[in-house]
Amino acid sequence: MNAVALPRALARRRPLVPALLIALALGWLAAFLLLPLAAVFVEALRAGVQAYLASIGKPDALAAVRLTLLVAAIAVPLNLVFGVAAAWLMARFEFRGKALLGALIDLPFSVSPVVSGLVYVLLFGAQGWFGPWLVAHGVTVIFAVPGLVLATIFITVPFVARELIPLMQAQGSEEEEAARVLGATGAQMFFRVTLPNIRWALLYGVLLCNARAMGEFGAVSVVSGHIRGLTTTMPLEVEMLYNEYDYVGAFAVASLLALLALLTLAVKTLLEWRYGDALATHAPGGH
Amino acid sequence: MARRLLPGYGLSLGYTLAWLGLIVLLPLAALLWKATGIGMHGLLALLASPRTLAALKLSFGGALVAALVNAAVGLLVAWVLVRYRFPGRRLFDALIDLPFALPTAVAGIALTALYAPNGWLGRWLAPLGIQVAYTPLGVLVAMAFVGFPFVVRTLQPVLASLDRGVEEAAHSLGARPAQTFVRVILPVLAPALLTGFALALARAVGEYGSVIFIAGNIPLRSEIAPLLIVQKLEQFDYAGAAAVGIAMLVFSLLLLVLIGLLQRWSGRWAERAA
Repeated sequence: MNAVALPRALARRRPLVPALLIALALGWLAAFLLLPLAAVFVEALRAGVQAYLASIGKPDALAAVRLTLLVAAIAVPLNLVFGVAAAWLMARFEFRGKALLGALIDLPFSVSPVVSGLVYVLLFGAQGWFGPWLVAHGVTVIFAVPGLVLATIFITVPFVARELIPLMQAQGSEEEEAARVLGATGAQMFFRVTLPNIRWALLYGVLLCNARAMGEFGAVSVVSGHIRGLTTTMPLEVEMLYNEYDYVGAFAVASLLALLALLTLAVKTLLEWRYGDALATHAPGGH
Repeated sequence: MARRLLPGYGLSLGYTLAWLGLIVLLPLAALLWKATGIGMHGLLALLASPRTLAALKLSFGGALVAALVNAAVGLLVAWVLVRYRFPGRRLFDALIDLPFALPTAVAGIALTALYAPNGWLGRWLAPLGIQVAYTPLGVLVAMAFVGFPFVVRTLQPVLASLDRGVEEAAHSLGARPAQTFVRVILPVLAPALLTGFALALARAVGEYGSVIFIAGNIPLRSEIAPLLIVQKLEQFDYAGAAAVGIAMLVFSLLLLVLIGLLQRWSGRWAERAA
């Protein structure tokens, strides 16, 4: 039936409709996604290449780049280790409260970034739970780099775990059990069997985790205090420059973040094309 | 059996619980503690100011409208990307995730540059009497931007796995394309569509970075709830900030439960279809 009905059904469908739908969809994507992206670069280069380069080369901008890299360099590896541990637990063992734990891992995706920052202020701020103790010991968390790192870790907790759990569940544990039966130690099993099986999904998760860590704005904005050169990451520097009407400066720093986003998308797409089988089927989550 | 053979149960359980406890639960407990210190009456009194109510209304209402727009447009885009072949399709498909990858502050200033009265799009809309930037409409645009990928990405796998034979059967039984779509395709897509809608809603409610630049942040008009938290913190009004924070957190948790139920529902659909 298919062989006969399909061509006839297609022939009877007016070709105008698909063309119209395609035009509508692409028009929306171009106006809604491509145009903002283009605006970043056009606005950054509005005053010419030299002004652009001068904006990026300013000490405050460079300090923001360094701080962003530092925060990501701490937050991403920590959440990588957590993600692997959580995925091993969730995909290989049955225990009571597992569904609840899964929901807890995803929780930071559902919390407003500003609330994520707020909870750390209530914990470590001068008025917070540990505030008096921290003040007495001369440790500053809020309005300092530790606060930025903590808020970023909170926001990016789910990324690696979320990529690994469905993949490892789908893969099953036969190979790992075989390794154990053949006498492999836990470490041998992990590095020779588990890790090679999940490496592309791990890279994928780390990529998304890093993009979010470097681009996070709301949560770090609350805990940063906006001390220029000391506690402003790149997104915060964009905000400060913009509010000072230094549009070229704001868009210049923003263009670096947009390039990071494009690079992330490119590598992500490449991983999906090349290693799609080695990645979990993607249930989208908040990013 | 598996637990005995595979190592690392205690280690991974302990590590996962300790990390989540320290990073996620302890800070959230601080918020709950602060809220219980204020008490139910106090919380309601703090939330009852016209400015706070207006901000909460804009965050929730705006997110609802933005998610509805995303559900409609997301359905169209997912359909086109899955069903039709045209040059540049894979490029556009990769582009869908741009709002996930682009930092929200960057999206915020870019959208403002486009929709400001003298911007690329704003200058064409101004003569029509439409002002987007610095109005609630601008808040909607930013919320729609950040939530856009959710509906498309939840629908795509379901659309791709649809059995075309059912459509052909409907067609050969005399259904018009529109009838086939509404009666045959849409019911199967409904759970995924709702899931994507709920995810986009959850994201837009709490959105901050992309909204604050284009919103103009006029009290009672275009001021969102997360911004109110930031402002209250800047004035050292911790109780007020915690009150708005707890209201948003409770809503997020309710939505999370709803999304969980929806995903279980769509999972059942997928099983039945398989």
